[in-house]
Amino acid sequence: MQHAGMQSNAAAGDARILAGDAPILAGDAPILECRNLSVSYAGRAGDVPAVIDFNLDLMPGEAHGLVGESGCGKSTIALAIMQYLGKAGRVVGGRILFEGRDLLGMRGAELRAIRGGAIAMIYQEPMASLNPSMTIGAQLIEVPMYHESMGRRDAAARAKSMLDRVRMADAERIMRSYPHQISGGQQQRIVIAMALLSNPRLLLLDEPTTALDVTVEAGIVDLIRNISAEFGTSMLYISHNLGLVRETCDRVTVMYSGEAVEVGSVAGVFRGMRHPYTRGLFASMPVPSADKNSRPLVSIPGQPPSPRARPPGCSFGPRCGFFAAGRCDAAPVSMSPIDAAQGHASRCLRVDEIAWDAPPAPGVGSTTAGFGEVVLKVNDLSKRYRRVSANDGLTFDARRGETVAIVGESGCGKSTFARILMGLIQADSGSIDLAGLELSRLPVTRRSADTIRSLQMIFQNPFDTLNPSHTVGSQIARVIRKLGVQRDESRIREQVFDLLDLVKLPRDFAERRPRQLSGGQKQRIGVARAFAGAPAVVVADEPLSALDVSVQAAVTELLIDIQRREGTTLLFISHDLSVVRYLSDRIVVMYLGQIMEQGRTDQVFAPPYHPYTEALLAAVPIADQRYAKRKVLLSGEIPSASNPPAGCRFSTRCPYRIVGTCDLDPPPVQEFAASHRIACHLPREELLAMQPVFQEATL
Amino acid sequence: MNSRLAILLALIWLPLTAYVMFRSALGAHGSYLLLPAIPSVIVLYVLALRSWRESWVAMLGATLVCFWLLMAVTAPYLPLLDPNKPLVPLVTPGGIRHGVLFLLGSDLRGRDVLSRTVWGCQRVLVWGITATSVAYVVGAGAGLIGGYLGGWWDEFVSFASNVLLSFPVMVLYILVLNLLGQSGFNIIIAVTCSSAPVIMRIVRGLALDAKSRDYIQAAQTRGEHPLWIMLVELLPNVRGPIIVDACLRLGYTTVAITTLTFLGLGLQPPDPDWGLMIKEGATAALLWKYSYMVIVPALSVSSLILGFNLIADGMREMSLRD
Repeated sequence: MQHAGMQSNAAAGDARILAGDAPILAGDAPILECRNLSVSYAGRAGDVPAVIDFNLDLMPGEAHGLVGESGCGKSTIALAIMQYLGKAGRVVGGRILFEGRDLLGMRGAELRAIRGGAIAMIYQEPMASLNPSMTIGAQLIEVPMYHESMGRRDAAARAKSMLDRVRMADAERIMRSYPHQISGGQQQRIVIAMALLSNPRLLLLDEPTTALDVTVEAGIVDLIRNISAEFGTSMLYISHNLGLVRETCDRVTVMYSGEAVEVGSVAGVFRGMRHPYTRGLFASMPVPSADKNSRPLVSIPGQPPSPRARPPGCSFGPRCGFFAAGRCDAAPVSMSPIDAAQGHASRCLRVDEIAWDAPPAPGVGSTTAGFGEVVLKVNDLSKRYRRVSANDGLTFDARRGETVAIVGESGCGKSTFARILMGLIQADSGSIDLAGLELSRLPVTRRSADTIRSLQMIFQNPFDTLNPSHTVGSQIARVIRKLGVQRDESRIREQVFDLLDLVKLPRDFAERRPRQLSGGQKQRIGVARAFAGAPAVVVADEPLSALDVSVQAAVTELLIDIQRREGTTLLFISHDLSVVRYLSDRIVVMYLGQIMEQGRTDQVFAPPYHPYTEALLAAVPIADQRYAKRKVLLSGEIPSASNPPAGCRFSTRCPYRIVGTCDLDPPPVQEFAASHRIACHLPREELLAMQPVFQEATL
Repeated sequence: MNSRLAILLALIWLPLTAYVMFRSALGAHGSYLLLPAIPSVIVLYVLALRSWRESWVAMLGATLVCFWLLMAVTAPYLPLLDPNKPLVPLVTPGGIRHGVLFLLGSDLRGRDVLSRTVWGCQRVLVWGITATSVAYVVGAGAGLIGGYLGGWWDEFVSFASNVLLSFPVMVLYILVLNLLGQSGFNIIIAVTCSSAPVIMRIVRGLALDAKSRDYIQAAQTRGEHPLWIMLVELLPNVRGPIIVDACLRLGYTTVAITTLTFLGLGLQPPDPDWGLMIKEGATAALLWKYSYMVIVPALSVSSLILGFNLIADGMREMSLRD
């Protein structure tokens, strides 16, 4: 056994010498190597390459991040390693070596022993990874019983201790529960525990926290960060979020259109990026200190190429600001080393010609003029669904031209509020005043076309926001006709074109069906539809959360641009504080149906914080190496809204909880500056003495 | 594309229905009605072959169904013997009597089996398609109402469908046809009673899923009428599974109608009908020599049902592929 292992390690060494590029750390063989890996999917019109010429060295105990936007091939790599490509997918070139053995040649029993044993995978949706008809205990016990032929009692003891190690409180009760009885965050901890139970040497994580709330995500990320230290497991962490990769990984590969474009240590790549795409990604992400006026986002122009029709030469060429015709599009670009000691390499021909330290061209900044009169006034608004108190005493207002962000995690009541505002449901008490008209109990069917027109909504899911059965143009035209903006058919057609111009889409999109559009384009149509009738207030319900980073920036800028021009009030519902920081003028932080804190954006992002705001801020993954942040981890999960805690609703998770006060009495609202209000029992001095969450790190 | 298809189907189905249901009222010139349907069937077949060329299953199904459709619309123009006129009894297939060729033989009363088979597909097709369509209008309407409106509406349509579903299908047919009398129109009612609840369940489920989509909320927030939302926003998006189910259900309905006429319920003699032919031939078919009287109509009905089922299979396969 020992002998065989040594032999295979030697073979791995040979392979690396043959490949001859990656750095070799003395006496340490990589646990996983991908050598010139290429994967294709069989399509109707021939093979479509999904991954091209991919190389990876993963050392024992190392965490490697794989980042890129949707469709860049990052999940395909994980599936290829697991040999789960399915019928259509095929490795067309290269090798995958796991501990020196070629995974691609393995079949049957050999492969089964590796899958789930030596290599374990964790997916995005925890509920889909758990068997809903078995108790969690039974599912956990199976793992050591199957892989190590362990007895039931020993296996149960192992499972229980593993639950403690993934920091699950109350392991006994959890073992007896069924998956649907525990929360999403707990489910993902169980999935991680299950993967770790077989003592894997390699863990593949495919967007493991995407389905979770930010404060829950922060806990899981903290757990993942410690896995390699505690268990010695190597990790391949797949994510679209650069911030999460910074928090969990040692090394990173940036993927674009099936190719690795830049690879290196996280610190090396994030601080000294050497590929225009990586740089573009950073420029399109908001950072915690900047807002729309001081540092506008710069989006990457264009869209990723279709895998069927990649451009010649550099795939990023058509979107690149440094594109040199005749060179960049001449031949496929290979990886060139930048810092051999660090293993930093980039797939860019002009890597030595670009002034990387010069700041990227700034976007066009502007200043926000003062806001106009109050257009929307919400006063003491409450809504209960049977036992669930979804909105409880909401009070805030929004001025003309202002962007007010409503921030909170699932169950905080932000969607209920949006539905009340839009007239889909009615409030129980309180009032909403829109330019003198009381809306809280006025269903949409009884609102006049004028009222409906002045209050429009942009929806969350771009893949759902347009009716797949009708053309884009007919859907915009329907809004114009229904809201009575225009009546004459030729005028309606003209306005459809005007709106397409407004959201910067070609006019021939009017004839297209939604399935022919990308996510960002669909969301632009959603914006066009909302602005069809010159609305006074637009409610945007997480309009960016399903979009890729580079597309997010473009849609954000579009939204700001239109809003400035039209003087629209924007109610921006989101859970992403970095976007909120960037976009909004004022912030309302909600938790379980109540407002915890509200104030101007700069006030909310600086101390004094509400303890929940502090935790939310600390949970935001920040990719930018110039910022360090304080660690604040919340215990437990968001309680069910059907049985909210007495007193302060945040009291069950609050690290500053005052026992005997916070869990009994509702908190008083303390006013700090004009319009900055915090609902908290903590003494004023203690709130004022809080330290900032973000700090600019000294480089 | 869709509107062209609708016109084509109307061009086939309306004349055929009028011809079969009101032949006596139309008199001798009735067969001119079928003239526009003949090219329509051919165009329909070509369209079907073109759009389903990726699935040989669906193409085979389309071939079978279009063959019978073509037989139905061209029956008056084909050189066939009179299907209702007794000539020579018990001629085995291929036999020639008095200079007349009986390609598929003649039945107990001396009528030509080939001619009765060709004419017989008219009734099966017309009543089958009509009954299924009516069941679909009722079932899909109820399903949309139950799924989208929810609440008391849902309770009501769900309860009604549960009551109807609690009857065994045959009992329901016999009950309806005995209560209302035996006629083609009452077969439509019987088929609707048995199929609509199932269709309602399918559509209701699809509507419940589609209802939570953002585009439905978008329609609600601009104050659209529920009827608009159901018909314009919801219905087109649930059509895929419905069309597949409709093809399968056409097969079931064909079986049901044939079974009913075999049992002597529903469509009445003397006009030829496959179920009727099987019934009339059943006694003679005890002798192997005369089994063609049952085998020919039975194979015909099987091939038509197979055609519908293959189309359904092929469409499902193609919808899964993209």
